[in-house]
Amino acid sequence: MLQVGLTHFLVIGAILFSLGIYGIITRKNAVMVLMGVELILNAANINFVAFSRYGNFGLNGQIAALFVIVLAAAEAAIALAIVLNIYKTYSNVNVDEISNLKE
Amino acid sequence: MTESLLITLSIVTLFLPLLGFAVVVLTGKKFSKMYLFEMLIISATLLISLTIAFFKLSYYPHDIVASLDWFKFSNVPGIGTLNFEIGVKIDNLTALMLIVVNLISFLVHLFSIEYMHGDPRYNRYFSYLGIFTFSMLGIVLTHNLLMMYIFWELVGLSSYLLIGFWFEKKSASDASKKAFIVNRVGDIGMFAGILILFTNYHTFTFDKIFEQISMGHLPFNSPAWLTAAGILVFMGAVGKSAQFPLHVWLPDAMEGPTPVSALIHAATMVAAGVYLVVRIFAMLTADAMTVIAIIGAVTSFIAATIALTQNDIKKVLAYSTVSQLGYMIMALGVGAYSFAFFHLVTHAFFKACLFLGSGSVIHAMHHEQDIRNMGGLRKKLPITYYTFLISTLAISGIPFTSGFLSKDGILAGTLTFGKLTGYWFIPALGFLVALLTAFYMFRLVILTFHGEPRDHHKYDHAHESPFVMAAPLVILATLSIFIWYTPNPVGADQGWFLSKWVKTPHTVVPQNQRFNFMKTEEKTAAAETSEPALHEAEAPVHGEITHSEMYTEAMHASHYPAMFLSIAMAGLGILFAFLIYQWKKISADMLEEKLRPLHKFSLNKWYIDELYDATWIAGTLAFSKMLYWIDSVIIDGAVNGAATVTRFVSRLSGLFDTFVVDGFVNFTAFLSGFIGLNFKKLQTGKVQTYVIFVVFAIIIIMLVFKPY
Repeated sequence: MLQVGLTHFLVIGAILFSLGIYGIITRKNAVMVLMGVELILNAANINFVAFSRYGNFGLNGQIAALFVIVLAAAEAAIALAIVLNIYKTYSNVNVDEISNLKE
Repeated sequence: MTESLLITLSIVTLFLPLLGFAVVVLTGKKFSKMYLFEMLIISATLLISLTIAFFKLSYYPHDIVASLDWFKFSNVPGIGTLNFEIGVKIDNLTALMLIVVNLISFLVHLFSIEYMHGDPRYNRYFSYLGIFTFSMLGIVLTHNLLMMYIFWELVGLSSYLLIGFWFEKKSASDASKKAFIVNRVGDIGMFAGILILFTNYHTFTFDKIFEQISMGHLPFNSPAWLTAAGILVFMGAVGKSAQFPLHVWLPDAMEGPTPVSALIHAATMVAAGVYLVVRIFAMLTADAMTVIAIIGAVTSFIAATIALTQNDIKKVLAYSTVSQLGYMIMALGVGAYSFAFFHLVTHAFFKACLFLGSGSVIHAMHHEQDIRNMGGLRKKLPITYYTFLISTLAISGIPFTSGFLSKDGILAGTLTFGKLTGYWFIPALGFLVALLTAFYMFRLVILTFHGEPRDHHKYDHAHESPFVMAAPLVILATLSIFIWYTPNPVGADQGWFLSKWVKTPHTVVPQNQRFNFMKTEEKTAAAETSEPALHEAEAPVHGEITHSEMYTEAMHASHYPAMFLSIAMAGLGILFAFLIYQWKKISADMLEEKLRPLHKFSLNKWYIDELYDATWIAGTLAFSKMLYWIDSVIIDGAVNGAATVTRFVSRLSGLFDTFVVDGFVNFTAFLSGFIGLNFKKLQTGKVQTYVIFVVFAIIIIMLVFKPY
């Protein structure tokens, strides 16, 4: 019987992280990019929680995971506000076209 | 009239001509009648001067001196306080010179009104006459050597201005330069002499210098320095009075207007040299006097021989002036002090008359000066002729003229000198010159006024001069008669001029430096040394006869021989002149042919000008060429070399700047640009690209810093 251990969680975290990166890199929509960022944060959360469960760190990992969730909420609020402003200015949220600072 | 009033008047009379000069020279261009102001000034000056002279000669037997400190150097190292005085001294000589200078100056002004008429610089001419009169009066009135030197240079300046008055003519501007430069040569000697005296006595005042010498204080404690000082100061007179070897400027100075020649180059300025020697006479040693006598005699002889063959009416007169000045200098050298001054005065009048007469002739002949083109003018110009004749008789030394009295005195003085010292060639030259003078002066008169006219065209247009030109001639000719100077026409000794006015001053030279005949008796000498205070009181009084009895006797003994000999010489000279030029018993051409080398020598003025050209002038030119060469080759070379080196160095540093410094700067810029150009491609503006970079960067960092 397959014993579920630390490695499985880390693999899932890595897969999630990679998906998050993939989402950020490939999506043009800013909201989708933000969703990628959320995936990455959650990948990190899984790692925190996994290390908390299998390592000798006590509850520190879970606290950090909670902290990250709070941060993610705050980040999402700010980022969505920025996206709203971008939409107001450019009438779309396509990150490729927001390149006014280039050159 | 008090003394202080006389002093005030003398200062007024000194500065009036300067005022005239200033006013006329400043306003002359605007107002064409400004010369009348100068005439007014000179008339006032003449009147004041006559007043001063009259009161001085009549009521004041002693000298009137007033002085004030001009400036003062306190704390001069080794000396203490140095005081520079200026002051006025009016003695009998000054009084007489005031009359001579102002009277002749006035007459020349008068003469010039007509003579210079129509000249484009008419007013300026009169202003120049004004500054000349000012400077000449300064020389006459001053009581110290410093002021004397200053005014000495001022007369030199006015002489320069007036000789070169017609400066458009090259010969005139050359002559003025020559006069100025030649005078400078003499003035340098005079300056050195003054400095010797000043270094030792710390004063410029004549009387104070004499006082110290008489107390036995000699320059650098050596009688040789006293002799040197005397000769050096005399050098000033050599320049100004045109003595050999500096006489060359005076004949050339005839390029100036003729009235100027009469005033400056015959009567007054050239006599300033004689006046200077008269002033320093008391400090001349026997050696210095011998030098002076020899120079005077040689000058008078050379000038007389040159005058024999000159054809320009003014040149003949110029050389006769040089010759007569030589006479005066010679007279001072032989100790005939009073006769030298007497001759100065008489010569001033008759020579001014001769020059103004020649001016009248030149005016009448429309600026013809060559006597070979004249002749027969006696009928056309009677006044000029008779005044000229009287003056010629005076200069030749014919009895009943003033010239006879003074010349006779000088010749007697030289004869005495020869007898007492053995220098017989001085009287010999003196008498020879008397003969030559009579000859060439009558040659001049005969060729100009007698015989038949040689240039009929000019003769026909000749006319007698108007009143303003004739009047000065008549006045000056009248002053050439004996009666103004003495009642006795054959002996001037008893006349008021010599017995009352002009007396030989008390010589202050130490006994062993005097001529034997000028030594005072032992007793007096002892008294002098023991009681300097007494001597001091006596020194300024011109009343002391210094000559010993031996001299007085010898002078007495030579009086009649000298007189007869001089009359004989003059008569002989006149006879020859008439034989050759009037009656043509002896052909002038034949004489000229026979004496060809001598004639050429005289006509070419002893080749003295050529000698100077070949030696001094050529030397100076060669020297200045050498200096020019040094300047253009060495100094310019050095400067240019420095410039080349600087340019080379700056080019190098320029290259360094362009290639190294600029290269570094440009390379930095290029590098920044290059990097920027390449790295700006990273700035795509796409967020995802940046994210990829970040991810790859993290991966690389992790690979680099991997913990295992």
